Amino acid sequence: MGGHNSPEDIKKETRTYLLVFVALAAATVLTVAVSYLDLTTPQAVTLALFIATIKGGLVAAFFMHLLSEEKFIYAVLVLTIVFFIFLFVIPIGTYADATGEHFTMEGVEHGESEAH
Amino acid sequence: MEIPYTVEARPDTGLYNAKMGIWLFLASEVMLFGALFSSYVILRTGNPDWVQHPMNVSLATLNTMILITSSVTVIMSWASLRLKDFAKFRIYFLITLLLAGGFMVVKGIEYNQEFSQGLFPWSDNYMGIYFTLTGLHGLHVVGGMVVIAYLLGPGAKMWKTAPEQYVNRVESVGLYWHFVDLVWIFLFPSLYLL
Repeated sequence: MGGHNSPEDIKKETRTYLLVFVALAAATVLTVAVSYLDLTTPQAVTLALFIATIKGGLVAAFFMHLLSEEKFIYAVLVLTIVFFIFLFVIPIGTYADATGEHFTMEGVEHGESEAH
Repeated sequence: MEIPYTVEARPDTGLYNAKMGIWLFLASEVMLFGALFSSYVILRTGNPDWVQHPMNVSLATLNTMILITSSVTVIMSWASLRLKDFAKFRIYFLITLLLAGGFMVVKGIEYNQEFSQGLFPWSDNYMGIYFTLTGLHGLHVVGGMVVIAYLLGPGAKMWKTAPEQYVNRVESVGLYWHFVDLVWIFLFPSLYLL
């Protein structure tokens, strides 16, 4: 879609794009800044991916116009997200099941459910 | 025979051909990069002796800024075209191309530094996944550069013959380019900061 086509609307859109750019640049600086904090690995991963998700959301929502798109595109994206989740969960779950190990942010801890 | 829906939207989907095509392509790209991210998670969490080499965060931050800026310039070029300001469109589109080139130059400097430290794709798992992900992303940047250069050069003739279709093509390239930016937004913290 990409919004309306009157010159006023397009100029208004461009102002929004510039604001999003400022937000993305600030979030990038924040991402680097928090990497210097003394955080545990799970905290660092969570925080970094949280900021990245917000940045990605801004790009998708405003630059890719997902705030006002056609239903067909939303349907494609929902399907993609479902398969994307499968893509992550199935291999990791299969690997953990096969090795009797479960995953932690620090590495791998051996499961204790195996028969002794 | 005239191909339908190159300009006007199909009544059932509300999309013109190129836009539907680019979104389906981007969906497949999500799965491609998703598979590699999934591999990275398995390799990293499954290896208690994971070796994380200190990477050049300054250059990667610079590249992040370059890509974010190029995302803005590509959308400003599309907005200029919708305002029928072709001269401004060309400037923004050219800046996007130059920024993309700048990204690849910085990436080249980074690779060169890594090679000079004896770090190659076969050195260890981290370097393997690092070069695979950044290399594949770099190929996407080059692909985008080729299309942008085409639309700036010989493809620009369409602005005179079929301006609405040309605007649609620029929008589709823009969507692709934002996706390339989006992938980097996740690659940057995953590979450089964690």
